[in-house]
Amino acid sequence: MTALPMIRTRTLPFVATVAIFLAAYALCVAQFPNMLSTRVLGNLLTDNAFLGIAAVGMTFVILSGGIDLSVGAVIAFTSVFVAVTVRAGVHPALAFVLALALATAFGAAMGLMIDLLAMPPFVVTLAGMFLARGAAFLITTDSVPISHPFLDTLGDLFVRLPGKGRLTFIAMVMLAVFACGALLAHRTRFGANVMALGGNRASAALMGVPLRGTTIRIYALSGALAGLAGIVYTLYTSAGYSLATVGMELDAIAAVVIGGTLLTGGSGLVLGTLFGVLIQGLIQTYIVFDGTLSSWWTKIVVGVLLFAFIVMQRLILILPRGRLKG
Amino acid sequence: MDHDLQGAPDLLAAKSIRKAFLGVTVLEDVDFTLRAGEIHALLGENGAGKSTLVKILTGAYRRDGGTIRLNGAEVSPRDVGEAQALGIGTVYQEVNLLENLSVAENLYLGRQPRHWGMVRVRRMEAEARALLSRYGLTLDVGEALSAHSVAVRQIIAIARAVDLSGRVLFLDEPTASLDAREVEAIFAILRQLRDRGLGIVIITHFLDQVYQVADRVTVLRNGRLVGSRDIASLPRRDLVGMMLGRELADEVDHRTAPPPDDAPAPIRFRDYAKAGKVHPFDLDLRAGEVVGIAGLLGSGRSETAFLLFGIDRPDQGTAEIDGTPVTLHSPERAIRHGFGFCPEERKTDGIIADLSVRENIILALQARRGWARPLSGTEAAQIAERYIRALDIRPADPDRPIKFLSGGNQQKAILARWLATDPRLLILDEPTRGIDIGAHAEIIRLIEDLCARGMALVVISSELEELASYASRVVILSDHRHVRELRGHEVTVSGMMNAMAVEGAA
Ligand SMILES: Nc1ncnc2c1ncn2[C@@H]1O[C@H](COP(=O)(O)OP(=O)(O)OP(=O)(O)O)[C@@H](O)[C@H]1O
Ligand SMILES: [Mg+2]
Repeated sequence: MTALPMIRTRTLPFVATVAIFLAAYALCVAQFPNMLSTRVLGNLLTDNAFLGIAAVGMTFVILSGGIDLSVGAVIAFTSVFVAVTVRAGVHPALAFVLALALATAFGAAMGLMIDLLAMPPFVVTLAGMFLARGAAFLITTDSVPISHPFLDTLGDLFVRLPGKGRLTFIAMVMLAVFACGALLAHRTRFGANVMALGGNRASAALMGVPLRGTTIRIYALSGALAGLAGIVYTLYTSAGYSLATVGMELDAIAAVVIGGTLLTGGSGLVLGTLFGVLIQGLIQTYIVFDGTLSSWWTKIVVGVLLFAFIVMQRLILILPRGRLKG
Repeated sequence: MDHDLQGAPDLLAAKSIRKAFLGVTVLEDVDFTLRAGEIHALLGENGAGKSTLVKILTGAYRRDGGTIRLNGAEVSPRDVGEAQALGIGTVYQEVNLLENLSVAENLYLGRQPRHWGMVRVRRMEAEARALLSRYGLTLDVGEALSAHSVAVRQIIAIARAVDLSGRVLFLDEPTASLDAREVEAIFAILRQLRDRGLGIVIITHFLDQVYQVADRVTVLRNGRLVGSRDIASLPRRDLVGMMLGRELADEVDHRTAPPPDDAPAPIRFRDYAKAGKVHPFDLDLRAGEVVGIAGLLGSGRSETAFLLFGIDRPDQGTAEIDGTPVTLHSPERAIRHGFGFCPEERKTDGIIADLSVRENIILALQARRGWARPLSGTEAAQIAERYIRALDIRPADPDRPIKFLSGGNQQKAILARWLATDPRLLILDEPTRGIDIGAHAEIIRLIEDLCARGMALVVISSELEELASYASRVVILSDHRHVRELRGHEVTVSGMMNAMAVEGAA
């Protein structure tokens, strides 16, 4: 992509994220030279593919000034739905299409509610979270393992990287989603409308941005990507489980914010979210390499980073304005 | 309908428009017609319903009743986007642009040039540059709007609306932040558009501007149509009478005799300056005196105020209050020394939309007392009551969220906020912007009243007549420099204009 129509202060958080990722990676490599390999990088992408895909949808939602708490539940629902339908004899490709359609419609319905009832997205998507999780439980509370030649084909699809690494199918899906997401956010009218909504809803309305249509599309997109993340999760684990990915929406939100998107909306880069996801993955990888640390350290580091980023965003907002107080 | 002598076709015809908010009627059976090729001024007091009518005609609000015809065909835009598609462009009273987007994105939001669905950023920016150059603006259109001043934003909003309007253009107080030169440039463009057959509606409280550009006027009062007239046959007195429903008392020169020059000045600034903002100046402020500050836009008027109030830190010079040197390095300190400042950007920055009128009024006073010592409920109510009456804030309901007030009434509430702190020095930046002529007189009376009670006032204004009527001294600014001080009989409109012209040319 060519230079983005962004401003220096707005790209600052993104630059900071990339710098943190590179520095963290360099530190890891200094301690465990083995971490400098395409195998580790490939795994980083594969292990976080479903999180990354969901986080792209979350980026749009947060850019528009909203939030989507239903993501983790929708992933679980989709994975259970796919597993159960495939076991019932439906071809996986058809199951995927059905699951995506359901997830998209679900997201669109939440978007419509948010606009129609003028309700905070927080409340509507919280309800959506319970609904989707409940629906998943209703289908089954067991873990449903699946196998199908089509799924095996997809699982075996990969590009060999120089060294021992593999770029798996699901990692490629995630990268493609990021590329399309970046174009959609920063190069289309829809993307500009999303930014406008996040900047100031009332002004956007007075400038002729269709609020309802845009809101519905944003949550439909988030729903669709959560559905796709659910499919990827099913491929990744070869099972559907209604208790899976509890609270994953929070990891997605963290990835978006660490990726430099303003939590209040209106400013951010989709590509930043990729690095937000990678930073979280990197910490986990480090813990695996170390072998002695508790994996809860991931949460602690993510917490610290989040806090640092929120402070940085405040400063960026305050510094240029600050004048007209009083 | 008054008369349709010229037989020009009606471009936009609204009949019996009705609108109520929460059961309160705001527009009652209002008719409005706009012809092709005319500039039509929509006038009325603060809260008369002008902005509401514009919002209904441009799809931002739903009407409760009535019909709208565009070129004879009934239309009913459900949102602003639909109105834009019909060729209706609008600048709303609240500057409606997005700070987080670039200038170019603001100009072309919703109609960006595309190729295969992708926005062509280069092309859009080139078009944006070309568009703005017609308004005499050359700036980095890729930069965020937030980097630009209110005046520049206002021009951008106008440029956007003009570019959008194939048939009808609505401008709701578009010139509030602009100086005479910029206003003239905008008017030149409006006249061109009119000659091309566009219908233009402009709302303003500057009657001079009405007589300068408008062909016809429509006046609203309390949500009802008073009438439409050709401006050429409407004397100013009658127009004011239509707006207020009464005669405006003749303005007399109320100016109190200024304290003698050798009277002690309790507040003194010496050699005060900030590099890049204001060159060094001396300023003496006496109790009971209004000092005016005049100059063209960008001459350093607001910067001077920022410096006096401690928003900008001086990098040289001294300040002295009652003979003791003080440092005024932050607004908090200035407030503690009894200063108050009502900024120009109150339209966007001043109000806290969801708080009530009362809460908005007592805000600064409460802040000065500290949050540990809250005003009692009755005290707060009394203060709010007093200023609502003094400034004629309508509707006179202290509990109403301020966002439901008309633009002009919101500004009065912000003014009240600073008056309520009863400061010893009050700095007012454009205190009568967006305020109707009836209330205008009230505010001037209030300023004189405060002065008589011993407050020192610094008033920045581009309305020279206003300054001439109450200021005992006027400092003329040019190019960030305090170039002259007019006093006593020198304080006249022509005196100030000459000083500004001479110094501007020098
Ligand atoms: N959203 C709203 N909710 C409730 N009341 C409103 C709302 N908008 C406007 N009003 C009320 O409608 C009346 C007309 O307001 P409007 O903004 O149309 O006045 P205006 O003529 O534009 O005044 P000004 O010159 O001050 O801008 C006012 O009494 C105002 O309080
Ligand atoms: Mg108005």
